[in-house]
Amino acid sequence: MIKRDAEPLLWMLFSAGGVVSAMLLPALVFLFGVAFPLGWLTPPARDHMRTLLANPLVALVLIGLIVLSLFHWAHRFRHTLYDGLQIKHLEEVIATLCYGGAVIGSAAAVYLLWQAR
Amino acid sequence: MPEIPAYTDYHPRWLRRRVSTYWWLGKWSYFAFVLREGSCIFVAWFVVYLLLLIHRVLQGEAAYQAFLAWSARPSVLLLNIVSFVFLLYHTITFFDAAPRALVVHIGKTRVPEKLIGVSHYAAWLVASVVVIWLVMRP
Amino acid sequence: MPDHITLQVARYLPEKQTEPTFDEHEVPCPKDWVVLDGLNYIKDRIDGTLSYRWSCRMGICGSCGMTVNGEPKLTCATFMADYAPGPLRIEPLRNFPVVRDLIVDIGDFMRKLVSVKPFIVRRYEKPISEGEYLQTPEELDEYKQFSMCINCMLCYAACPIYGLDPKFIGPAAIALAQRYNLDNRDEGAAQRMDVLSEHAGIWGCTFVGECTKVCPKHVDPAGAIQRYKLTGALESMKAFFMPRGA
Repeated sequence: MIKRDAEPLLWMLFSAGGVVSAMLLPALVFLFGVAFPLGWLTPPARDHMRTLLANPLVALVLIGLIVLSLFHWAHRFRHTLYDGLQIKHLEEVIATLCYGGAVIGSAAAVYLLWQAR
Repeated sequence: MPEIPAYTDYHPRWLRRRVSTYWWLGKWSYFAFVLREGSCIFVAWFVVYLLLLIHRVLQGEAAYQAFLAWSARPSVLLLNIVSFVFLLYHTITFFDAAPRALVVHIGKTRVPEKLIGVSHYAAWLVASVVVIWLVMRP
Repeated sequence: MPDHITLQVARYLPEKQTEPTFDEHEVPCPKDWVVLDGLNYIKDRIDGTLSYRWSCRMGICGSCGMTVNGEPKLTCATFMADYAPGPLRIEPLRNFPVVRDLIVDIGDFMRKLVSVKPFIVRRYEKPISEGEYLQTPEELDEYKQFSMCINCMLCYAACPIYGLDPKFIGPAAIALAQRYNLDNRDEGAAQRMDVLSEHAGIWGCTFVGECTKVCPKHVDPAGAIQRYKLTGALESMKAFFMPRGA
């Protein structure tokens, strides 16, 4: 009998988030964070971006990417604070801030992409 | 002193050393570990950046152009370049770790770890190409 | 090739000291001498009060683990010539309470090891008359690596998580639990899961990976833990969605 604990689920979200962010984010950072601002490539027209966001498949992938990446961050950051700063006694505060932040970001993603349809 | 010695954890003369808050500066491998964990901060930053981008695209042409201009500012650009480096580090370390956890069997034989690692990298290549194609096509 | 090496040996005499001190000794350094030989030389000829653990001197008993120049090592497997002319610093194993000199208390690990039931657990034992449990080489390979553990606790000394939180069950205990979980003769995986799925069980591990680096027997406890995290998480999902068992 396994005790009811959130940790395994949070770890699975962390793992999934790690995989998804590793697969999709580098290319996105390269384009929108480095290549376009530096002028190496021309950024796409706003209309093209708007059409992309309206596509339900793109929207779903983006929501998945954002939600999972945020939970990846939350879980990893929470453990880093425990190990790095040794503030395990604040674990409830840290957990609330981390996962709470992830929930807020996820809600923002769903809201924005729902608006984009 | 009891007749039958009961060995307990409370033994005041034992030397118990506390781990320093800076334990992670003690060895290169510890430092590399903390950097790897720290890469998650840049994951979160870029997600926020993406949310901002989506928001600006939805607001209209002027907002989108303003966002692009803002992204070219030196401070933002530097942050994103650093993020790019850290995200690459995250990808490499994650694909290094994944085969250790993902033990797959086909029938009785175990799929070799290297194959699992290579398939992750292959998927990464495909995903990156798809992303770039989707964004860049006219 | 210098024929002597300086050893800086940590001393801690609890009746007289509250902090450890270091004694410096010059010992001969033939090319086939290991750190343990140096310690034995000190104890035999220079200072008989030095206390330390050792037994087989060939890397199978796991008794002689100490911190050598900051790294957890088996002193019977570490050649002094590699560090000549020194000084070579020998301290007790990290993350364990020091009883005296180079001796640490390993009770914590022993209790944790017992808690993961490191033996074959079966509902019904086959009587001898029915013969042995048969196992193919492939089935042996599944867990063989984890069976190489000699309980030397170098992995506990290297693990920063164990240093920060002594309640963490630790690499060797989990690797040994996996050795039995993956053994097809064993039926006790569910019983071990209770202990392992606690917060101080596998979920304390953040995959630093140092344990695998220092293991003298190439057990790869970090790999065992990550593998078990996936198993444990999937079992948790199953238990959540199908509580009446599947």
